[in-house]
Parts: sequence; structure tokens; C-alpha cells
Amino acid sequence: MACAIVVVGSSWGGVTALARLLNGLPRDLGAPVVVAQHRRDSESMLARLLSRQTGWMVREAEDKVRMNPGTAYLAPAGYHLMVERSGHLALSTEAPVRFARPSIDVLFESAAAAYRSGVVGVVLTGTNDDGASGLAAIVARGGRAVVEDPATAERPAMPLAALATGIAATVLPLEEIGPHVGALCGPEAIPA
Amino acid sequence: MSVAESRLSSDEPADLEDIEIDLLLEAVYRRYGFDFRNYARASLRRRLSRRRDLEGIATISGLLERLLHDPDCMERLLLDLSINVTAMFRDPGFYLAFRERVVPVLRTYPFLRIWNAGCSTGEETYSLAVLLAEEGLLDRTRIYATDINQSVLARARDGVFPLEKMREYTENYLAAGGTRAFSEYYVAAYDGVRFDPALVANVVFAQHNLVADRSFNEFQVVICRNVLIYFDKTLQDRVHRLFHDSLSRFGILVLGQKESVSFTPHEHDYQALDDAHRIYRKVARPTPHGGR
Repeated sequence: MACAIVVVGSSWGGVTALARLLNGLPRDLGAPVVVAQHRRDSESMLARLLSRQTGWMVREAEDKVRMNPGTAYLAPAGYHLMVERSGHLALSTEAPVRFARPSIDVLFESAAAAYRSGVVGVVLTGTNDDGASGLAAIVARGGRAVVEDPATAERPAMPLAALATGIAATVLPLEEIGPHVGALCGPEAIPA
Repeated sequence: MSVAESRLSSDEPADLEDIEIDLLLEAVYRRYGFDFRNYARASLRRRLSRRRDLEGIATISGLLERLLHDPDCMERLLLDLSINVTAMFRDPGFYLAFRERVVPVLRTYPFLRIWNAGCSTGEETYSLAVLLAEEGLLDRTRIYATDINQSVLARARDGVFPLEKMREYTENYLAAGGTRAFSEYYVAAYDGVRFDPALVANVVFAQHNLVADRSFNEFQVVICRNVLIYFDKTLQDRVHRLFHDSLSRFGILVLGQKESVSFTPHEHDYQALDDAHRIYRKVARPTPHGGR
């Protein structure tokens, strides 16, 4: 199945990494980018900041918003962010998963269930192991995994945990992830 | 429609787990009368998978079998489906806005009815009661705090919350414009802290199912935060109609910070009192479209 959605998980060092990732992603990407970045309640300006730094349309996720290609959606602090097969975002205030809400695993698992082989999952810098089991779920359903090279990640623990699951993943330095995902997903087609 | 959108909505054949979930929801509805068929799927799938694992069962259809034959298992699932983890004075900015924008409106009423729909374990209800007490409105207010689940209502009624949460709640309370020491409202109990029962003397905790039950009164305020996120669009629209029918003229509707009346059939029946904090006021719909 063609790439339908890109999901990204990041934690410590993630704000800088996300900006660099988005800068490397083609602006006409044919899929939406949905991001779970661990954050505290005070960081509600994050979407605007990333937007300004990258030129990407970056929006803080709201309930039942329809995802558009070429747009990045950010999980709000204090909510889990999930995706529905209908192409809509979904939020939840279920308990934090291993202290994280948003949880990367929750986002990734929802994407794997909804879009199966159409998912590209990306794990970036961080100091915990969130995202590892979610990325494994993506690969188990036929999706593709991309992991930031632990050797160059600001914090290697999260990429290392993702790789420790033994899944088949493409390991790349941050600068090369955007172009790689762009090639996997291709551009948005011009409507006929 | 762009190719990417069609990629997102492409109809692969339903996978096995989807079939199992559909069957389970149908069975739960027919056996127990609880209708979760229009719940948002992603969160539902998570909670069902979690219950399946906790029961030590391999498949959703295995869980379906147990649910059909074991009402206790249904009780456990119902709890899974109704617990959401919130905090007292979650989103302090909202409570501050409520004090500044809503309280002056409420002062104009001699008697108030507020519906706190989907109150879960009561954190929001107690926060609201504290706020109304400080604004001198609690004595003339009746709060109807409802939830689908009896056991979370019992917990809400007890008003016991974990001691280790009080630091966070106190910070929230102060950021929300609290005017006293938060510790004045509770005493240490053997299992946490117990909030002053006087706060909820005028609160009616009652079971109400937003999916199936009707409006049961007329309210000046309906507060339903982070509950509609669990419903699909169809069910959301239906509950919005219920709220609209339950609100008095110029009544106030409060939603969660990431929810909105936009794109619902009642979009034009409200105007924003505070857009950022999702506080809306019911207005008369402009006539060209007529009533319903």
C-alpha cells in the first residue's frame, strides 16, 4: 500500500529535531505528518514555533479534525493523539502510558491499526523507550520504520530502544530522514 | 479529492480485529443495553485490547465470549470505558475564564442549574463547586453530575482524592484564580484526602447515558469537557442536540480545550463567549434557516 501517513515520535531534544526533520521533508509531501512530542502544559506555542522555523503548516491537533497531506499535526499536552481510518484525528484523556501523555506508542499503535502497511513511523531523539513497541506494531502490520541514528541523536536512548526490538528499520542521521520519507511517500498528486 | 486524501480513506478490506470489535459491540448492546457502537474507534480499540490482555485472553472474540457469559467481566469493561484521567482544575486558564466571563452572567440568576455531563470520578465537579463557593454562588446552585458508570459516580460522591496529587492540584487551583489556601477544602483521610462534603451538598450525582438517555431538565450551564472526544461524528451530533435542547435561553455550553461546536449541526446556535477556552453561549438562530 502506498504511504498514507507519517507518524513521528520524539522526546528530549525533540523540538530542535522536529524542526530539522520538517525542514528536510518535501513541502508537497503526499501524506500528513502526525507528531507525538513529549511536552508539558506550558508549551502550547510549539506549533507556531515549528511553523515559523520550517515553513510547514503545523497545527496543534483538535478532536475530529480531518488530516490533510503536507500538514503536520502535533499532539496537545495532556492528551493522547490517535488517528482514525476515516482520516480524522482523535484525542483521548486515558491514563498516561508509562508517564507519557501524549504517548508515542499510543499514536503509533493507532496508526498501525488504521493504516497498516500505509504507515511510515519515525523515532527521533529521547531519553526513554516510548515508541519502541509502537514502531514494532507498525512493522508487524507491514508499515515501515525509520529510526534516527543513535550515534548522532541528541539523546540516543529512544532510538536505541526502538532498534533493540529487533525490527527491520532504516537508520539514518536526522538530515537524511526527511528526504528518505519524502521518497517513500512521494508528492501530493495534482488533482485531475 | 487529492490522491493523498484518497490514500487516507482507501477501503482495504476490514481486518479480522475490526470484525471482532463490531461483533463485540453488537453483543454488548444486545446483552446489556450499553451502546458503544458509535464510540470513536481508536480509543475503543485500545481499551478493548487492554481488557483482553488483563483478562488473559488471546483475542477480542475470546473477550466477547466471556462478556456474554460473565456480567462481572462486563462491569470491568464498563469501568475501562468510563475512566478518563483528569485533574482538579485541569486547564487552569479555563477556570480563570469561567470566573471572568461566565460568573458575571450567572450572578443575574436567582437560582442556577448546572449539568456536569460525564463527570467520571468527580475532579471537575469539585473544582467547579470550589469556584462557585468562592464566587458566592454555590448556595443557589444545583449541580447535576452525571456519568454512565455507577461505580465512578460512587467514587465522585466520596470525594476522596490521592494525597500525592494535591501539590499539582494546588498549583492548578492558584493558576485558576483560587482565592484561599487550597488545603482549606480537604482533610487528610486514611486513603488520601477527603474534600469537604459541604461542597457537594447541592450536587446530585446520577447515572445518565449520553448515548441513550434524554434531556432531564433545563440548565443555565452545561459542562462537558473531554467526553465527546470518545464519540464518533454521528453520536457527537446527537449529543450536541441533547445539550442544545437542555440549555435555557442564553444558556452556556462548555467543551474541552480541543473540542468545538464548529462543524456540528448546532454551530450557528452558539456564539463564543471565550473562543480559546471553548465557552459558548446559546443564541437565537438567525431566521433564514428557520428552526428545526
